[in-house]
Amino acid sequence: MIRLRTVSKTYGSGPSAVTALNNVDLHVPKGQIHGVIGLSGAGKSTLIRCVNLLERPTQGVVSVDGQELTGLSGTALNQARHRIGMIFQHFNLLTNRTVFRNVALPLELMGMPRGEIRDRVDPLLKMVGLDDKTDQYPAQLSGGQKQRVAIARALASRPKVLLCDEATSALDPQTTGSILALLRDINRQLGLTILLITHEMEVVKSICHCVSLISAGALVEEADVGDFFTAPRTKLGRRFLNDFLELEPPRALIERLEASPGEHSHPVVRLAFSGDAVSTPLISRLARECGVDVSILQAKVESIQDRTLGLMIAELMGPAEKTREAIEYLEDHNLNVEVLGHVQRDA
Amino acid sequence: MSNAMLELILEATLDTLYMVALSGVISALVGIPLGVLLYVTRPRQVMAHPLLNRSLGIITNIGRSIPFIILMVAIIPFTRMLVGTSIGTNAAAVPLTIAAIPFVARLVEGALNEIPPGLVEAAQSMGATPWQVITKVLLPEARGGIFTALTVTAVTLVSYSAMAGAVGGGGLGDLGIRYGYNRFNPTVMLITVVVLIVMVQGFQSLGDYLVRKSDHK
Repeated sequence: MIRLRTVSKTYGSGPSAVTALNNVDLHVPKGQIHGVIGLSGAGKSTLIRCVNLLERPTQGVVSVDGQELTGLSGTALNQARHRIGMIFQHFNLLTNRTVFRNVALPLELMGMPRGEIRDRVDPLLKMVGLDDKTDQYPAQLSGGQKQRVAIARALASRPKVLLCDEATSALDPQTTGSILALLRDINRQLGLTILLITHEMEVVKSICHCVSLISAGALVEEADVGDFFTAPRTKLGRRFLNDFLELEPPRALIERLEASPGEHSHPVVRLAFSGDAVSTPLISRLARECGVDVSILQAKVESIQDRTLGLMIAELMGPAEKTREAIEYLEDHNLNVEVLGHVQRDA
Repeated sequence: MSNAMLELILEATLDTLYMVALSGVISALVGIPLGVLLYVTRPRQVMAHPLLNRSLGIITNIGRSIPFIILMVAIIPFTRMLVGTSIGTNAAAVPLTIAAIPFVARLVEGALNEIPPGLVEAAQSMGATPWQVITKVLLPEARGGIFTALTVTAVTLVSYSAMAGAVGGGGLGDLGIRYGYNRFNPTVMLITVVVLIVMVQGFQSLGDYLVRKSDHK
């Protein structure tokens, strides 16, 4: 539904040029919710603005619903944009228009007759739960309500695609939850394809099917959300995940961690497991079958949409060859094992 | 005070109102579009056009940098060509309008600059043409700011019109100079000033009311 091929965006030229996007390839199939996560300045905003050509890529091809947008301009581009809805971090509602007239705006722009506009807008306001606020002005609404108006507005022209630019970043956690639930409903009911950018793992965790990681203008990792939360493949991915899960070894232990094993040292590992492994008593088996004791330093269970994910930081205690066997044993049972370091034991 | 004197004051008040209204309306009709043009031709705006933007900017600045009293006499030939005379309220309205146009334009440009860029971006994401961005987003959103700009302009025009009066434009300024100053009549001077104060207060209150009514920020 959305396809970006070798898209690059450079601001300025010559030695002062800044590359905001570097050779980005992205494909979002119909009906999918795809999240792009990255730190600020990574190029998220530029990326999402390249999809509806608010920013024109310096290079590459953007197509939405089979139509190549990069080849369009003027009227043709404006018509293509009617099929792409967009919502923003700061809502961007017109302050001098009522809720009703804000939602009506895209239809007015398309030149729809008044009567038809009313028939289109009323059900939308009902769907976002604001049919009692029709004649109020945005200044009278809360942040969550404003974003609901913006969602209704984005859907008014019946788009195939919805772009969400940090849509929940200005909202409190509870409101974020309700807006995300609304987006999920829209995705299911209307089969709408959603591309969203965010810096919050919570957003990715609760509604995305697929996630891409952006860093310095390039997509560095792309994965199914369940896989990403179990085993991110890049260092940046692990950093996002660990920050989100707050799963770090105790501070006192971090200070004692050494990169390479010593004579009397034990590995400290981070274990991630999902699916059947969650309900298997692996730790006690490890003790029995490998003769390795396990000291659990931290553990938690997360629900990532319909999957359960177990996470643990543990020290494996035993002779070097035994602990090595233990790690192999865990990997054989489909656990993701990451050795964080080694701690020296006083004999 | 004689009836004749009161009649003179009334007539002068109406003259001043006439000059302010005439030059105010024309300068709004020209200045608002010019202000919009100054804004939308800026780099990265909906009708970005650096060359046009810079040219308009220079012309506007020239208009604003000429002291009104000099502008008034400098364009006398032009005024004569336009209204046939260089004396009277219609003649005074010409330099007043010319001085007010760049003034309005810059104030309107400033009012538009207050609109968060995200609003324009949102409209563009919905497929708005530049013309639609101007008529559906920029002008309605800047309504309050534009009314403020026009109020400031009206008040400025009241004081400029007094200056115009001094060179044969008529109105309260003319009256104050001729009767109050040249003929040492402090009562006329005082009344002139009081009428001007009331007039300015009136414009300001009307402007504030319109801003309140039109803006829902």
